[in-house]
Amino acid sequence: MTANSSKDIAITTLLSVGQHPLSARPRRAEEDARALEVMLQFAPASMKALHAGDTADAQNLTVLKDYLGMGIPSIDVIPTSADSDAAEALASYLANAGDGQPHILLTGTRSEVGESSGFLPYLLAEKLAIPFVPNICDILSIDMAAGVAEVMQSLPRGQRRKIKTQLPFVASVGMAAAIPRQSSFGAARRGVINTVSSIDTVADEAQTAWKTEPARKRPKRLKVVKAKTAAERFKAATAKVQSSGGEKIYEVDKAAEAILKLLKEEKVL
Amino acid sequence: MVIRRNRRLEWIARNRLHPEHSAVLMGVNGGDEIGPSGLVRKRPHDIGFIGPNGIKRIDRLGNSLATMAGAGAHKGQAEVSLPLYVVENASQYVAVVLDAPEGRLSEHDKDLLGLAQQLKAAADNAASTAVAAIIFSSAAPEAARIESYQLAGVDRLIVLPAESDDYQPEQRAAQICALTAQYDFIHLCFPDTVLGGADTGRRVAANLAERPATSVWKLDGTQLICRGAAGKTDITRPLSKVIIALEQCADQIDESKHECLALSADAITLSASRIEDLGKAQVNPNDIDLTEANFILSGGNGIEDWDRFHEAARLLGATEGASRVAVDDGFMPRERQVGATGKWVTARVYIAVGISGAIQHMQGIGQCDKVIAINTDDSCDMVKRADLSIIADSDAILTALIETLSNQSSAEFHPQEAVA
Ligand SMILES: Cc1cc2nc3c(=O)[nH]c(=O)nc-3n(C[C@H](O)[C@H](O)[C@H](O)COP(=O)(O)OP(=O)(O)OC[C@H]3O[C@@H](n4cnc5c(N)ncnc54)[C@H](O)[C@@H]3O)c2cc1C
Repeated sequence: MTANSSKDIAITTLLSVGQHPLSARPRRAEEDARALEVMLQFAPASMKALHAGDTADAQNLTVLKDYLGMGIPSIDVIPTSADSDAAEALASYLANAGDGQPHILLTGTRSEVGESSGFLPYLLAEKLAIPFVPNICDILSIDMAAGVAEVMQSLPRGQRRKIKTQLPFVASVGMAAAIPRQSSFGAARRGVINTVSSIDTVADEAQTAWKTEPARKRPKRLKVVKAKTAAERFKAATAKVQSSGGEKIYEVDKAAEAILKLLKEEKVL
Repeated sequence: MVIRRNRRLEWIARNRLHPEHSAVLMGVNGGDEIGPSGLVRKRPHDIGFIGPNGIKRIDRLGNSLATMAGAGAHKGQAEVSLPLYVVENASQYVAVVLDAPEGRLSEHDKDLLGLAQQLKAAADNAASTAVAAIIFSSAAPEAARIESYQLAGVDRLIVLPAESDDYQPEQRAAQICALTAQYDFIHLCFPDTVLGGADTGRRVAANLAERPATSVWKLDGTQLICRGAAGKTDITRPLSKVIIALEQCADQIDESKHECLALSADAITLSASRIEDLGKAQVNPNDIDLTEANFILSGGNGIEDWDRFHEAARLLGATEGASRVAVDDGFMPRERQVGATGKWVTARVYIAVGISGAIQHMQGIGQCDKVIAINTDDSCDMVKRADLSIIADSDAILTALIETLSNQSSAEFHPQEAVA
């Protein structure tokens, strides 16, 4: 597999408008920016960015400009209104793309506004009938002849796993991926926002019945004492938590063995 | 007949502390006490028996008092048996797909079973609705596991075959979809765990063309409360078929026992997976964020040779941490500091070398599972907290560790080597 053939593919990144957790200002969605960064670093022959949203909103445009500033020449925008289902619009656009369908479709794991269900990439993969790999942090290699790709998946606790998947595929990029580059003003000015000719969008009717409010603090679970007798209640209230009072070793020659034994028991070695 | 009074016996009968008291009461009158007027007197104090916890009990069910008292005294605290909930002729099911690593229920799994029981109670036909837990396993679970499922609220258990622990999300989703076709679950609950239930649940939902309720944290009557906008909002929405719930979404079941009867799953032929697990990749332990690291070797003021410390961390494959003193003295970078003003770590094993265990440091390691202390002072706070303490000079222990590891590494040992 030569370097050229592996880059001879088309990748599309889906971009959304994020929201800063404290100031609530629109910003690049952190995971989408990372997905874009993964694509830019892999530098395939064809790179595209796709956004479904409201182009009339000036704040959304600034965010799209921020993405353009990362060095992608253009962003295709599917115009949808705020209350319509972006997943449906994207799915029907991509399904009808024909030859323009990318080999790899990158997204973030979940959006920073709205329902934030992280369901969109699964829906796209299902509609396009291609595999989906969640939470990747890098594209390792692509073998066009065999029609497979290797990606690095990030697991909890900083672990990594290699996954081999068939092409084409959808992948979501998590926070473990490389930090996205800064947006540069010149590139942002040069970049173009193309509006895709209209697509039938479906209004998201289910969501109109929902009630959305600022997140309440979740109550902490208390330790409930379920004692039947007064004696048990008394014990629960007064008994000290038993300290395990670990083993103490004073000899140097036994120490290393004891430590390694515990480490093996805990399966960290 | 003139009844002659025995004043002495009367006095003993009144005096409950007299050593002959009970003998006198049971004595001549066959247990009945005859009062001064010749009437037989009842003695309410004799009813009942002294229970195991020293409290007098009266048994009105007519069981033999003597045997009860005897048995109670032997058993001591009688074991509480929880009421068994039986669902006869279950006609519909609330399914819970458990993560259950190695068959063991996680806290999140138990929370989810609690939620499922709440969903069952809210269902239309609650009496004939059962909670069916689905686990993936290569073998049938053993009796002790079944017992733990019974106590966690599993009415029915479905064991789906799993060839290995590899990441096979497509296969698992396909198995669950087939099962849904077989049993037509009214709800399918998944734990919202990265690459666990969160992944499988969304795949199943996409396959069934159902819109999942994600990040659910409460069931409020017939409404679900979910976190939206990456945790910034609460969305109240009607019940959905697929429910992906956060930790502590409901109270766990702890006051009842459930049947945990086995349900069979039709065997299905799985199509080949399009995703293949190539196994874990080696990671440089120092690239792992300290808060996420599984294994931390942390150094403090008691370290004399920092090169040796780094060498030991490299050989062990541990992520490096430090106390504030080590950071302030410039031996370690600031982002390695553990504690109140540093990072709050969640490691499975935390080795503290030459760290005294000041409260500001202990706060940072509150969530660690096992702590190993290496310290010259056997009365310091770190040793009190530790599961294993080595009371010796840090340098000597680190040297011994390095020696043992490098001796073993040639033979059977494969510590994680740092990737450049
Ligand atoms: C506002 C505030 C915030 C703080 N936040 C933090 C924080 O986030 N994290 C933090 O760590 N600290 C914090 N501290 C500092 C904290 O109170 C302690 O001073 C610090 O944790 C002590 O570090 P130490 O255990 O490495 O050093 P010491 O307390 O000096 O302990 C050294 C230990 O090493 C042992 N020792 C000495 N020589 C050897 C040897 N040759 N072999 C083996 N053992 C040896 C000693 O017996 C002793 O137990 C904070 C303090 C304040 C006031």
